[in-house]
Amino acid sequence: MSDDKKHIDAVTATETTGHSWDGIEELNTPLPRWWLFVFYACILWAVGYWVLMPAWPTFSGYTHGLLNHSQRDDAAAGVRALQAARTGQEQQLAHADLKRILHDPDLLQFAQAEGRAAFADNCAPCHGSGAQGAHGYPNLNDDVWLWGGTLGDIQHTITVGVRSTDPGTRQSQMPAFGRDALLKPAQIDDLTEFVVHLSHRPADLAAVGRAAKLFADNCAACHGPAGKGDRAFGAPNLTDNEWLYGPARENIHDQIWNGHGGVMPTWGGRLSPETIKALAVYVHGLGGGE
Amino acid sequence: MNAHTQFTVNGVPKHGAVAAEGVLRSDARATNSAADRKFYQARIPIHPKRVHGTYRRIKWAVMAVTLAIYYLVPWIRWERGPQAPGQAVLVDLAHERFYFFFIEIWPQEIYYITGLLILAAVSLFLVTSLFGRLWCGYACPQTVWTDLFIYVETLIEGDRGARIRLAAAPWSGGKIAKRVLKHAIWIVIAVATGGAWVFYFVDAPTLAAQLLTGGGSLVIYAAIATLASTTYALGGLMREQVCTYMCPWPRIQGAMTDKEALAVTYRTDRGEPRGAHKKGANWEGRGDCIDCNQCIAACPMGIDIRDGAQLECINCGLCIDACDDVMTRIGRPAGLIAYDTDANAARRKRGEETGFRLVRPRTILYGAVILIVGGVMAASLANRRTVDLDVLRDRNPDFVTLADGAVRNGYTLKLMNRADAPRTFRLDFAGLKPRAVNIIGMGDVRLPVALGVGADKVRTLRVLVTAARGGIGGGSQPVVFSLSDTTQGERRDANAVFVSGGTP
Repeated sequence: MSDDKKHIDAVTATETTGHSWDGIEELNTPLPRWWLFVFYACILWAVGYWVLMPAWPTFSGYTHGLLNHSQRDDAAAGVRALQAARTGQEQQLAHADLKRILHDPDLLQFAQAEGRAAFADNCAPCHGSGAQGAHGYPNLNDDVWLWGGTLGDIQHTITVGVRSTDPGTRQSQMPAFGRDALLKPAQIDDLTEFVVHLSHRPADLAAVGRAAKLFADNCAACHGPAGKGDRAFGAPNLTDNEWLYGPARENIHDQIWNGHGGVMPTWGGRLSPETIKALAVYVHGLGGGE
Repeated sequence: MNAHTQFTVNGVPKHGAVAAEGVLRSDARATNSAADRKFYQARIPIHPKRVHGTYRRIKWAVMAVTLAIYYLVPWIRWERGPQAPGQAVLVDLAHERFYFFFIEIWPQEIYYITGLLILAAVSLFLVTSLFGRLWCGYACPQTVWTDLFIYVETLIEGDRGARIRLAAAPWSGGKIAKRVLKHAIWIVIAVATGGAWVFYFVDAPTLAAQLLTGGGSLVIYAAIATLASTTYALGGLMREQVCTYMCPWPRIQGAMTDKEALAVTYRTDRGEPRGAHKKGANWEGRGDCIDCNQCIAACPMGIDIRDGAQLECINCGLCIDACDDVMTRIGRPAGLIAYDTDANAARRKRGEETGFRLVRPRTILYGAVILIVGGVMAASLANRRTVDLDVLRDRNPDFVTLADGAVRNGYTLKLMNRADAPRTFRLDFAGLKPRAVNIIGMGDVRLPVALGVGADKVRTLRVLVTAARGGIGGGSQPVVFSLSDTTQGERRDANAVFVSGGTP
């Protein structure tokens, strides 16, 4: 617009910008002054913020601001405060007998909470977020325990691990009867039928008969004469419905042939004794504890 | 505007004029000269004149009632037993409870608040479509407190004329004293306002004692300070600016009102042509408006209602009182400015009967919504049980197979006792025959099992239900947990499923 005529809107008696779209004119209503002041105050606030708070990146870092505020420090302080707040219960946990924890509601709640968090951080990658296990990884919810399901058993298993690097680790070895040619393929087939039969499922009874002596010679030492397993060796019970490596014939055959054995790391040096206690309480409380 | 603009003085072009001997006056001019630089506007002070009349009296009454409600409600006591707070209206943030006389709302019942907000909104719509901006003119806190602050101002500095003179007067001891006193009283009111607010969140007598001894928490003092400063700024300093620039409500009036809605109206057909009137002169051939501007002087928004309906008008009716007063004095009928409708103005133009149509599709619709929402809320409040049960099934793992082939499902139960006394509930389970039911922390239990829940508390339990392989069909089947209060016969069922894997 280059004419000096003031455009006045007839209805509102307000000056217009002179811009018009389809006959609709834009009013040039002045802003209230306080609004402008608020805007300036915001700008000043921003400047003050730059001075007081970390704001601008530099080549080697950033401006720290006069208040020296740092979210990292806040978080660290928060963690410290949390640890300080938990010291008392952590101490109790350290000194409490495992059985006593179960009968002290407050301590139990504390141990359960700490155990849940520690489980999610350390155990869930193998055992699953709900401790449901997977093929080759034990389910910790059920009532089947390779190494025992009392609080003490669980605590010890967590501490030393299974087939781990710890000198006191729980150790057992299922031989690879097929791979190492300890038994003939036909014998392994018969043994497979025998194990299927052990868990009360239909099987080739002739093969079962042939395998009875094989089982007594090769398997009963760990799994027991009746196949009930033995916790001293972490030998699974072969008569129940729970199968670490799967229930089907091919799974059983594969296990006899190859002798899989999983590794559970030792946590003794990695987690504090209190955390391991808490983990034991948590796992025990999943429903299968003895 | 730019450098090509012709410079004019009193409409006479000055281009080429001689500024001095041998110097031509150029038509250049600064682009940022003050005349072209009105991007903002300072608040023009408004000094509303005191009026006397019907609407002023109504406004005093409404102010008294609303302020009394605001300041006194937290002090109403309500007996709820030893476990619960004895305050009738309390928002107990710490314990996540909202108390309103006989109603007690838990966080999971937040839909009651939603319902209240819907009711409030639709009531506002209904009132607006019937009577125009009554809310703005009478009941809005901004209006009430501004009115109060103006009253204080009038008390200290006098009426409109005196206030204008005081504003124009040079600073003197008397002026400073008046101003200081006025602002001091404003601040006292503002602090009292912020102070009353916090009583809705904490037991009022206890907190009052704490505040008097300086023992309140930092949060409380911060809340009081914040609300006090906003009250002081909005009621004392900003006033009509809030309605004109900040509040969305004037902007949605257009959707609420129609030509049948009441609005403060200057009756142009009766008032125009306006002009001064000499005593004894004839009223024929002229309007009743004597252009005395009393309506403008009285207006707290500082507008001229004779310009017609406008965004700034809050429909408080003070100009009506002012005008009626004048009309009575000059012997003309009252009601030159009145609550009226656009439709009536048109009817008068056509010479028809005027009237008010309160029953219209719009008002029927708003009324119906209020009745429906209010009815639903009342019904659900009446049926609100004091026992409740939520069941969350473990999804991870979905189910657990035990060594003997039995299947176990885990459930998290939340037992809610909304009564203000501890109670013992009976927990039962139906839908399948469980082989064992184990409550973590209690071991195996035989159903139905008695469980105590504290007054006004939620008790969380983890329950493991084991079913023998023969007792279930596979897949998932519906089960029902039920919680009943044996003494009062109240009972809540919560549906869940029992999953056993595979397909039935």
